[in-house]
Amino acid sequence: MIVATHPHTHETAQPEGHAHVALPQHRHHFETQEQQREAGTFGMWLFLLTEIMFFGGLFFSYLLYRNWYYDAFVVASNQLSVPLGGTNTAVLITSGFFMALAVWAAEVKKKGLLVLTLILTMLFGCIFIGIKYDEYHEKWEKHHIPGDHFDVSEFVNPHAYGLKEEPLPPDQAQHTQIFFSLYFAMTGLHALHMLIGLGILVWLTVRAQRGDFTAGYVAPIENFALYWHFVDIVWLFLFPLLYLINRHPV
Amino acid sequence: MSATSSTIVNLPDQKTATLPKRSYLNNEDGLLSWLLTGDHKRIAILYLISITFFFFIGGAFAGLIRLELLTPQPDLVASDTYNKFFSMHGIIMVFLFLVPSVPATLGNFLMPIMIGAKDLAFPKVNLLSWYLYWVGGLFTLAALVLGGVDTGWTFTTPLSTHYLNTHVVTAAVGIFIIGFSSIFTGLNFIVTIHRMRAPGMTWFRLPLFVWSNYAASILMVLGTPVLAITLVLVALERTIGIGVFDPTKGGDPLLFQHLFWFYSHPAVYIMILPGMGVISEVISTFSRKRVFGYTAVAFSSVAIALFGFFVWAHHMFIMGVSNYSALVFSLLTMLVAVPSAIKIFNWAFTLQKGSITFETPMLYAFGFMGLFTIGGMTGVFLGALGMDIHLTETYFIVAHFHFVMVGGMLMAFLSGVHFWWPKMTGRMYPESLSKLAAVTTFIGFNLTFLPQFILGYLGMPRRYHAYPPEFQVLNVLSTAGATVLGVGYMLPLLYLGWSLKYGAIAGNNPWQATGLEWQIQSPPLTENFIEVPIVDHEAYDYEWLAHKTEQEVTTVG
Repeated sequence: MIVATHPHTHETAQPEGHAHVALPQHRHHFETQEQQREAGTFGMWLFLLTEIMFFGGLFFSYLLYRNWYYDAFVVASNQLSVPLGGTNTAVLITSGFFMALAVWAAEVKKKGLLVLTLILTMLFGCIFIGIKYDEYHEKWEKHHIPGDHFDVSEFVNPHAYGLKEEPLPPDQAQHTQIFFSLYFAMTGLHALHMLIGLGILVWLTVRAQRGDFTAGYVAPIENFALYWHFVDIVWLFLFPLLYLINRHPV
Repeated sequence: MSATSSTIVNLPDQKTATLPKRSYLNNEDGLLSWLLTGDHKRIAILYLISITFFFFIGGAFAGLIRLELLTPQPDLVASDTYNKFFSMHGIIMVFLFLVPSVPATLGNFLMPIMIGAKDLAFPKVNLLSWYLYWVGGLFTLAALVLGGVDTGWTFTTPLSTHYLNTHVVTAAVGIFIIGFSSIFTGLNFIVTIHRMRAPGMTWFRLPLFVWSNYAASILMVLGTPVLAITLVLVALERTIGIGVFDPTKGGDPLLFQHLFWFYSHPAVYIMILPGMGVISEVISTFSRKRVFGYTAVAFSSVAIALFGFFVWAHHMFIMGVSNYSALVFSLLTMLVAVPSAIKIFNWAFTLQKGSITFETPMLYAFGFMGLFTIGGMTGVFLGALGMDIHLTETYFIVAHFHFVMVGGMLMAFLSGVHFWWPKMTGRMYPESLSKLAAVTTFIGFNLTFLPQFILGYLGMPRRYHAYPPEFQVLNVLSTAGATVLGVGYMLPLLYLGWSLKYGAIAGNNPWQATGLEWQIQSPPLTENFIEVPIVDHEAYDYEWLAHKTEQEVTTVG
């Protein structure tokens, strides 16, 4: 038969062959702890690849319409607040920094530090969401939420609103709505990812407090960090695309 | 090999044979042990039951469509009801049957065993996929019960976003969720194939079924998220009126087409590639030869997957894409025919001078080869710009994609189910009945869809419930064929169900095949292998197997 069996399967599967301590989290269908960890990380990277494709549809739409309705996109993007967006970028990077620290804390088995850094990650994530909420609220008050109540008067007659922008013809002004549609779709999807991440962080913090990740089993922390950094990186594309490019002094 | 008869079936002595005492089927008892299982084989069975359920719902709509088209007058249903019929037929068949069919059932069951693993890398994610499949399926059924969807399965905007007052959002949410089920299956497969192969199972010793599932998984992982975001935008446009696809707000319906077909064209290969993998296994086994040009067949799967991403705009030749892009996409579309033809030719060379036997899986595989070839060649007609403009949105298109997806993929699915049924259940099915079913399906299929090529060529448009009287003869033929086809699909349901209790005991390797899955007991143990197998040579080594058997006989003798 073509199948031979071998009593020392662990050693054959893993040529380096060092004895692995069977941790309680070891799943039966993996030969070694190492294989389990590799599979988890690989799976996470693949999942992030699907996330890139998921956001990709929106980025594609953005590039297309920005090309078509250049003037409308410039005017509409001037409505976004660079100070708020900039602050949020800093907040998010800080949060990512604490998440990276958390991975390190888990690897050197410092439980207290792990819990602390996870909580700080969460805290800065919450600040981000708070600022985002404030920005959304301002758009709501100005009737810049796409849909039936969308109001273009500010773009048709900016001087009446104390803006120094050049007025847009009404048909062009209508196209600012597409900018805001994409703005809300992209940042909304990003914020949704943040909220899901915050939910997972709560769960990770509870488990970290129990000591689950400071005995040599750090895969969930590592994989979540990959997710959290991915969400950061998406924002690092969104911020210049939506807030910064084509901004001109007014 | 004994050459005494035209069959290679090698069953144990039925008087003494019994099923193994312990297997994945009876390792744990109770409904809950099934609903919470992490065992890939049990999840495969759950999928098999689920997709069969949805297949027959989708099939019922097909029957209603054919019934309406029996006469030229619109006499059975009104036009909007008819629209709902073909929409639900398409949505259910594409998303709930064709896409998950082979990977989620046969792939789930066999892929880990074929590479010598105990399970998929993420058993809980695998179970989650099945639950997501059902949640999405229930949303889709809810859309049906609440009043249906009449956009067709393609959800074309602005039809789906502005002009219809049906349950598009409900169905879109359903398909969004099913999409995640498909993403997770693909992800699980890729990780498993990369990281869980047994020692000695190198990439070029992988069975071709594994290769083809790998290629399909890449498509699932890269394509499905784009469909998901597209459906999110459709739902947002419908509910709160953002204008990404709405021309009155500066949006562009053509953008929807680009995004939708970026997934939905590769989806055709998600459906067909795993089926091609089944065919490679079956043809090799029943001609007792290794697959000719193994590497070419393996790489052609990957090539089909790659090309599949660059041909989407051939669905849009008449929708206003520029002439230049139409030319480029036409050329790229023709290129897909190359790897597909490589497979067909290699199967033909595998058959050449092989010791061919005609067991049921082989009959279905031959059906596949014939029907897929017709489907593929008519695809080349449609890829040609001039022809496409004449034939698009006619029954020629309907016939073409049914030949590829139903004639191709469904034949492959049935071939695979019959091939691995003894492994999955430990029992055989009645041979003559199953052969009858294969032949009935083949005849019924051709009778249904060949007339539609002619109808389309003559100019009968799709998606209409009435038509000029001169088309009636061909439509009657088509409806008669659909009836025969229906019988062909019902038969396996009956005798396979029967075989679960009364079928002959199959033994471990009734087909005397070489794959790893045939070296373990039928039905397998929950952990598949008692000890991790070490693989020391390539798949399909029938010459080696025959030689070895001979040697053993001489040494023992």
